[in-house]
Amino acid sequence: MMAGSTLEIKDLHVEIEGLEILKGVNLTIKGGEFHAIMGPNGTGKSTLASAIMGHPKYEVTQGQILLDGEDVLEMEVDERAQAGLFLAMQYPSEVSGVTTSDFLRTAINAHREEGDEIQLMPFIKEMDKTLDFLEIDKNMAQRYLNEGFSGGEKKRNEILQLMMLKPAIAILDEIDSGLDIDALKVVANGINEMRSDSFGCLMITHYQRLLEYITPDHVHVMMQGRVVKSGGPELAQRLEAEGYEWIKEELGIEDETVGNNA
Amino acid sequence: MSVETKLPYDQDYVSSFSDKRNEPNWMKEIRLKGLELADRLEMPRPDKTNITRWNFEDFKHSVDGDKITSANELPDAIQAFLDTDKENKNIVVQRNNSVAYASLSSELKDKGVILTDIATALKEHSDLVEKYYMKDAVQIDEHRLTALHAALMNGGVFVYVPKNVQVEEPLQAVFWQEDKEAATFNHVIVVADENSSLTYVENYISHNDNEKAVANIVAEVIAHDNASITFGSVDNFAAGTTVYVNRRGVAYRDAKIEWNLGQMNDGNTASENVTHLIGDNSFSYAKTVSVGRGSQIQNFTARIVNHGKNSNGLILQHGVMKEKSTGIFNGIGKIEHGATKANAEQESRVLMLSEGSRGDANPILLIDEDDVTAGHAASVGRVDPLQLYYLMSRGISQEEAERLIIFGFLAPVVNEIPIEAVKNQLTEVIERKVY
Ligand SMILES: Nc1ncnc2c1ncn2[C@@H]1O[C@H](COP(=O)(O)OP(=O)(O)OP(=O)(O)O)[C@@H](O)[C@H]1O
Ligand SMILES: [Mg+2]
Repeated sequence: MMAGSTLEIKDLHVEIEGLEILKGVNLTIKGGEFHAIMGPNGTGKSTLASAIMGHPKYEVTQGQILLDGEDVLEMEVDERAQAGLFLAMQYPSEVSGVTTSDFLRTAINAHREEGDEIQLMPFIKEMDKTLDFLEIDKNMAQRYLNEGFSGGEKKRNEILQLMMLKPAIAILDEIDSGLDIDALKVVANGINEMRSDSFGCLMITHYQRLLEYITPDHVHVMMQGRVVKSGGPELAQRLEAEGYEWIKEELGIEDETVGNNA
Repeated sequence: MSVETKLPYDQDYVSSFSDKRNEPNWMKEIRLKGLELADRLEMPRPDKTNITRWNFEDFKHSVDGDKITSANELPDAIQAFLDTDKENKNIVVQRNNSVAYASLSSELKDKGVILTDIATALKEHSDLVEKYYMKDAVQIDEHRLTALHAALMNGGVFVYVPKNVQVEEPLQAVFWQEDKEAATFNHVIVVADENSSLTYVENYISHNDNEKAVANIVAEVIAHDNASITFGSVDNFAAGTTVYVNRRGVAYRDAKIEWNLGQMNDGNTASENVTHLIGDNSFSYAKTVSVGRGSQIQNFTARIVNHGKNSNGLILQHGVMKEKSTGIFNGIGKIEHGATKANAEQESRVLMLSEGSRGDANPILLIDEDDVTAGHAASVGRVDPLQLYYLMSRGISQEEAERLIIFGFLAPVVNEIPIEAVKNQLTEVIERKVY
């Protein structure tokens, strides 16, 4: 078994349009581990995910991101993906004129050496198998990427990509939002299917509901652009039952959003 | 400004040109009328582009091309447009201003289908051609270029599908300007009689990167009651050719005309694509895609006029502009008084690949009736950085991601080209023009 990768985030500070959003995030995710990040709206969760993947609008002003010791911040977005990172986005783009199937095949081939491209038949077999697993209508593969997809279809499509690209570390930004209960189970099955020593995962979510299907090893709470509390699965359960007030009181935080400091 | 240029050809020339080709008298009269009008009429004025100084009058008018006996003798560059593995090809290959090769399946011949070059059509189907030639679609006296066209028409094809005949396989015309200075005054007529259907695909090819040439093209496309026409094109005149192309449709009751135009010329181009939805419940979807490069200036005016009740006219124009090229896209929907329940939609979009290029997207709605629906959309901009980011986040390189986005943007026409070889050629031309 291939040893898993390690993603280290050290003292990460991130600005968007001159405004500091992340103010020193520390987090380490190893192969085999499932982490969950929770936290109220506007506390920097998506910003963290975007900064890791290299979103063009986010500027890292301080700190480090390392994947197996390699400096991720030096890499272009495509290089980060090729190094093993994957981000299921909260709001995936629509790309007209490009079928989901063509896109997937191009993406798979981007991870392979020239001359070692995946052949059409094995690709279709693999794709059909994954579509079935995720209970996605086969027609979707011939539709243009995310164009006119419902919210739930977009989320399933992100998991389809996850399962076919098999990254070392995946970040899933609110993969559960907008899913009905059946879809949630299907998506959770997909994510659980990925579980192995060589796969690490960071799930951003607002709901314990997802974590009932995918038990995390670690749960972190973000406020004011930092990880303010970490614990085990019981932390998520307490948040579900009691909300965030108690953490704010414990830490003396009045306004948890990023514009404010403790 | 009034144009004081002397016409390059006179009455004697035009008469003897017509005589030499043994044309019917009505045709000669149209030519002479055109010549006379060309002298007085003004140049057309496409919105936002001044074409009065473009070269439309300096050219070699009549150049014959060698005949061949089989499509195999065509050079590879032309054969590439043919689905050579398919038998029974229904095709006319025009080389300069004469036919090099023509073929029509006996099955279609037996059904009364006509696919032939315009000169032959004038000999063999004079009455039928006369019925449509510059009558209900394009008028001789619209402006100087239509008049000049009438006077000097020197090629083209005639397509006719009789009542109740459905032609499944595409009918194709390949117009190959082998001579680098030969002018293309093509006239194309495509008629689908009542309850019939056809798909027609045409290709223009020239190689005059430096030599000056002119194309002045008219296509008249007529769909009679309940008929359906799908008209595809890949235009690829080289940089030396100045192009005026006027493709016009007339759709009668319950008729349908779809345009899939891949307008990939490398020289200055003024393109007009107008469809009149005359009949009730008539429909047109006019799609055009283009790539501009170098310093070429192109104007694409697509216009659909709803006359019939419940008629539906959709326009899609997508242009990619690079280097110092200019692309103006006017998408005009006009609903006439009385066209109740009509629908008109226009979408014009330009993707700019360089700082120096210029793009303009002008969807326009003109409505003279209350009980209608309409909508339009326009955009001019760079490749969306968020789309790029999304594709790259899956490991796809920036170059490949841009390629996907650009081809996706042009897909509305590329995907609709029904002949595999032509579709591949269009893809290759796009590849050549963009990279
Ligand atoms: N383009 C932008 N310009 C200014 N502020 C921005 C911009 N994008 C994000 N922000 C701000 O950054 C902060 C953090 O946003 P982020 O999307 O990371 O929050 P989040 O924790 O993911 O919230 P949610 O749970 O609602 O998804 C918010 O206050 C947001 O308004
Ligand atoms: Mg978020």
